[in-house]
Amino acid sequence: MRAEASIDVGSPANGGGAASTPLLRTELLTVRFGGLAALSAVNFELARDEVRAVIGPNGAGKSTFFNCLTGVLRPTGGRIIFNNEEITGLRSNLISQKGIARSYQITNILPNATALENVRIAAQSRRHSWNMVSHHGAFADINDRAEAALQSVGLLGKAHEMAANLSHGEQRNLEIGIALATEPKLLCLDEPTAGMSAAETNETKELIRRIAKNLTILIVEHDMEVVMELCHRITVLHYGQILAEGTPAEIQENPRVQEVYLKT
Amino acid sequence: MGVIGQFFSSIPIDLLIIQTVNGIVTGMILALVASGLTLIFGIMDVVNFAHGELFMLGAYMGVIAFATTGNFWLALALAALIIGIFGAALQIVTLRPLIGRDPLNTILATFGISLVLQNYALWQFGPVARKISEPIGAEFTLFYLQYPWYRIVIALLSAAIIGALWLFLKFNKFGVWIRATTQDRVMAQAMGIPVPWVYTGVFALGAAMAAASGVLFAPFGGVDYSMGLQWVLEAFIVVVVGGMGNLAGSIVAAIFISLLEAYAAVWLNPSQAVIVSFVVLILTLLFRPTGLFATPK
Amino acid sequence: MSAAAEKVADALVRVDDVHTYYGKSHILHGVSLEVGAGEVVGLLGRNGVGKSTTLKTIMGLVQPSHGSVSLAGAAITGAAPHKLARMGIGYVPEDRRIFRLLTVMENLRTGFDRQGVTETKRKALLDKVFAYFPVLAERRDQAGGTLSGGEQQMLAIARAMMLEPKIILLDEPTEGLMPRMVSQIRQIIDALHNEGIAILLVEQNVPLTLQASQRVYIMEKGVVRHHCAASEIDVNDDLIKQYLGV
Repeated sequence: MRAEASIDVGSPANGGGAASTPLLRTELLTVRFGGLAALSAVNFELARDEVRAVIGPNGAGKSTFFNCLTGVLRPTGGRIIFNNEEITGLRSNLISQKGIARSYQITNILPNATALENVRIAAQSRRHSWNMVSHHGAFADINDRAEAALQSVGLLGKAHEMAANLSHGEQRNLEIGIALATEPKLLCLDEPTAGMSAAETNETKELIRRIAKNLTILIVEHDMEVVMELCHRITVLHYGQILAEGTPAEIQENPRVQEVYLKT
Repeated sequence: MGVIGQFFSSIPIDLLIIQTVNGIVTGMILALVASGLTLIFGIMDVVNFAHGELFMLGAYMGVIAFATTGNFWLALALAALIIGIFGAALQIVTLRPLIGRDPLNTILATFGISLVLQNYALWQFGPVARKISEPIGAEFTLFYLQYPWYRIVIALLSAAIIGALWLFLKFNKFGVWIRATTQDRVMAQAMGIPVPWVYTGVFALGAAMAAASGVLFAPFGGVDYSMGLQWVLEAFIVVVVGGMGNLAGSIVAAIFISLLEAYAAVWLNPSQAVIVSFVVLILTLLFRPTGLFATPK
Repeated sequence: MSAAAEKVADALVRVDDVHTYYGKSHILHGVSLEVGAGEVVGLLGRNGVGKSTTLKTIMGLVQPSHGSVSLAGAAITGAAPHKLARMGIGYVPEDRRIFRLLTVMENLRTGFDRQGVTETKRKALLDKVFAYFPVLAERRDQAGGTLSGGEQQMLAIARAMMLEPKIILLDEPTEGLMPRMVSQIRQIIDALHNEGIAILLVEQNVPLTLQASQRVYIMEKGVVRHHCAASEIDVNDDLIKQYLGV
């Protein structure tokens, strides 16, 4: 149990007051599956450059929330506003173009391509070209962006390694690299340390800490150490509603949150 | 207006009734073949391309058994039994080792088996079609035709076999095992059901049903090494239209398609009438790809 | 060192240094635990730490890459799940997984339709299970999929009981259930314990687990981090907050 979170990820944009509007906002976001409300009138706000974790017990609605934000699921009600633009119900490819990138719980890389190729495909999505003749490696700016993304996740040394041959931890980090290559404004990480050993978890934690400068990050995680040490603020979901929101210290002191987790 | 009027007045009602009967008869045999196919797919996700060859070998076994015993019904039972056992052996040797692998492997395997069995039959029995005489020679008058009673008997017998299958699945201990395994393979194992053997059993059952259809069909046309091809294609269409793994759906689809083909044969020639089944297939895939009668699993 | 931390002699189920992977994902990093005959043992931990994977490894539904599992002294690592069910391991998974298209009776049948179950034994088993769960008797001819969540949980447990198991692996039985049903589950666990059936209870509900179990293990990131008698730990313990809370 850590009473203080060690935060050196850059301070969140909360000092600007009324001048800085939230990067992401949801209004009364609701998702119903038949009679079941997976999300119930959720009002959520995320400031620019913030690192926020979304936690909650099983069935709280974390995945549903993520799926709405990234266009995988269409909400039944409410609105999602990103960068002052309404994105409710847009398809996931359009949402990606708007600047929201996502990594997945089950690793989604292309196993038969090299690490660099995996990342380059993502980098390519941001540059439009009618050039059908040049070799795919000939676009210098795309290459540069791809290599920069690999560098941030510590995989530049393995750029020409087949993705299938990377270790599990390296693959998970590659997935973050792919998301980074799209130069997102908001990075959504879905259980980035799932299935990792303690050592790999540490590495990924440091990785996220590094890339968090100049980036807004939303994380769904079960590993409380990662959450407490990395995040400015935490949102706790329970039965599809926001139960509590605050700094890591505030959440840890919150008896209601402990109750819900321990089922007391 | 005139052409349409002419068209309607020229509909031969008697021919249509005859074709209805024909359609139902063919439909019931097709239903029997398709049931085995859909059962196998429903429980173990195996697309059995060799199903037509099991039908064909069943017919050949029927011919041999009939020649030996002189009794058609005994030949039917023996053929189903022998091919059932053969199907079990086939599954254990060639398909069991492939469980858990890419489905493409089983498709290739069953396709390969189909080629092997066809050529075996050609080598063993020669290219000349065999004939088996109908067990019931009597006929009745249907309009201007002398309609063989045997055909009615086949339809009834197929219905009886399918009915027996339904009762087996519903009430018998192994039938419950099959249904449980189809729904949740993992939990079936956790309940002590020996799933690998259930797979073998279902494959054997499907093979036996195909063999029985082969013997029932044998008196219609000849028995030759390639007779399986036409039937398996129709059977696959029926399985897709009825919903893969949906037994009731395949039976309804089999009769539906056979009736449509039979009616089409009134105006087109029979080899063109087959187009009807492809049209139905395409429409189903376009609008209800899970099958016309599919229930959500 | 607590008495519970010593190795349980003649453990019914022993898991020894098991490593399990899903593809490349290394879920269990060397799990060791034991359940004695007739004991209720709790397995606590947050989501994703490998509790369900541990149960699946014991049940043979996933193969460990390293380590061993034994039942009453005999090695069962890698044995086929249907054999383990016949040998006396009952499995009640997370999300119940009853056969939705089979009736309640047919669901139970998959358990009692086996060698050695005479007509009398079958009737005795059914009577017992219907005494525990009267609502199942009422719904015996209804399809499993039409039952409520709580009823499905009862059916899942009843179905496992049909195997006359020596041990039942119970995976999060109270998840998604109303408080009233949670206490009913507690009573069922007690009743099974009184019959001498061992239970390995995976749960996130800490009070229930501490009350129902004799010993508890706490897992984190694929390993057992703590092990003690249930009486030695309290829901307000720092350890509980560390490994299970926030």
